[in-house]
Amino acid sequence: MKFRGKIVDIACLNHFSRVITTISKLTKTCILRLTPDNLFFVLCGKVANGGVSMWCELSQANFFDEYQMEGMNPEDNEICLEVAPENMSRALKTVQNAKVVKVKLTKKHCPCLTIVAELPTLSSVSRVVTHDIPVDVIPRRLWHEFKEPTVPDFDVIEANLNGEMNLKIETDLVSVTTHFKDLGNPPWGDGASQGSSSSQSRDPEAMAEARVDIRRLQQFLMGQQVNPSKAMCNIVHEKVVHLILLHDDMSLQYFIPAVV
Amino acid sequence: MCLHFSTTMPLSTQSQAQDEQYVLVASLDNARNLSNILKAISFKDHAIFSATTNGLKVTVEDSKCLQANAFIQAEIFQEFTIREDLVGFQVTLTVLLDCLNIFGGSTAPGVSTALRMCYRGYGYPLTLFLEEGGVVTVCKIKTQEPEEPIDFEFCSSNVTNKVILQSESLKEAFSELDMTSEVLQITMSPSQPYFRLSTFGNSGNAHYDYPKDSDMMELFRCTKTQINRYKMSLLKPTTKALALSCKVSVRIDNRGILSLQYMVRNDDGQICFVEYYCCPDEETDDE
Repeated sequence: MKFRGKIVDIACLNHFSRVITTISKLTKTCILRLTPDNLFFVLCGKVANGGVSMWCELSQANFFDEYQMEGMNPEDNEICLEVAPENMSRALKTVQNAKVVKVKLTKKHCPCLTIVAELPTLSSVSRVVTHDIPVDVIPRRLWHEFKEPTVPDFDVIEANLNGEMNLKIETDLVSVTTHFKDLGNPPWGDGASQGSSSSQSRDPEAMAEARVDIRRLQQFLMGQQVNPSKAMCNIVHEKVVHLILLHDDMSLQYFIPAVV
Repeated sequence: MCLHFSTTMPLSTQSQAQDEQYVLVASLDNARNLSNILKAISFKDHAIFSATTNGLKVTVEDSKCLQANAFIQAEIFQEFTIREDLVGFQVTLTVLLDCLNIFGGSTAPGVSTALRMCYRGYGYPLTLFLEEGGVVTVCKIKTQEPEEPIDFEFCSSNVTNKVILQSESLKEAFSELDMTSEVLQITMSPSQPYFRLSTFGNSGNAHYDYPKDSDMMELFRCTKTQINRYKMSLLKPTTKALALSCKVSVRIDNRGILSLQYMVRNDDGQICFVEYYCCPDEETDDE
């Protein structure tokens, strides 16, 4: 198993750093999946983290100037690591001004993601900073847990719905409802989408609703470091809220399960 | 607390017919003209609202010794309709302020939250409609039976000493006040030291003197020497009102009760008043 990547563009480095900082605000640990074309940060919904799950996909070519990886074997050309994104975020923050940043998989006292950065100095000799971030290699037999989430059958996919969304909270002292209008309803799927026949019969004014833990939503919203070009929210009635942020070179999906 | 997501039917708009159910409707193009002044008196959870054709008065009290009143005249509002002589209710002020700032309280120029405050009467919640950038938030805040505000029976004819100062000068003093002192002593006199603030803290005694002919002194009307002490903990909240104000009037009556009146200019340059009444600390006598 091998992985080496090099970032030379400072804008790419900053962007990469901000994406990882965003992830670090959502979860303490997650899976980093490396494939020849992409990097994925994945969090599986478990009771311990309130059932939320996350899928962040980055196209490697948009960040790395050089990128080489060799997976377990030619058929399974992927690497799966368990990592604490906070460690990566902290390391990247210290090398914001680097001329070159190399990321590679190494084996020190344990498997590590090693970040080596050349920092500019007043003299002609660069300062080299190395961070070793311990990771756990995920064995092949567990890889099936980290697949891209299948798009559930959404209740809100018609273009003729009125593009309105309400957020409501209620406590003993106050009830607050915020009404958003003129939101787009993007068509979903490519003709082969599930449930297209049932969706046509749905009343465009009918509500799809889900009750979620407000702290999860806040965690997602407050952690955002990157301005998305598009933000979408899909709701499966009383089941899950699916938030999607799209950026030119990255997508981030976050699933918050509904509470009863 | 759960957040409820839903997509929904078109938002219904307020119509004339619906308005008739409200005994009080007050609108502001900029909710900050209300929230800023309420922040200046938000030292306790509950506030008593009292509305008449003149406008809105909001009262907050502490331990029967301190009372703050914010006055927002009817003219400040873009719309102010009241269908009874006196409309009164009590709400949790912190909740109200959170609602007024629901859109994040951005201070970017040209960005403001519009407010429509409606009240149907006894037993009904206070309904706020807040709008910013096409997004509307509706808040329904539970109201409580309004308590009767204390009447300190403070009247101009009993005022022994009065000064009006530019707030700038007091702001400096109040920001440096020795908080280890349990009391703030106010001396007002037709002779030296004229107007003095004193503290008695762990590091020693401190005095701030304002001579009667100082630039900061806009009015000086002292008839008799008075020295009164007021609990520092009671006066601490007044600094919020002081921070917003451009002028302060300090009056003490023949019982030693202190009246502080702050002239506050809002975002649109209009004037509102905030006043504080404070009872003197037990042990002192007038000289």
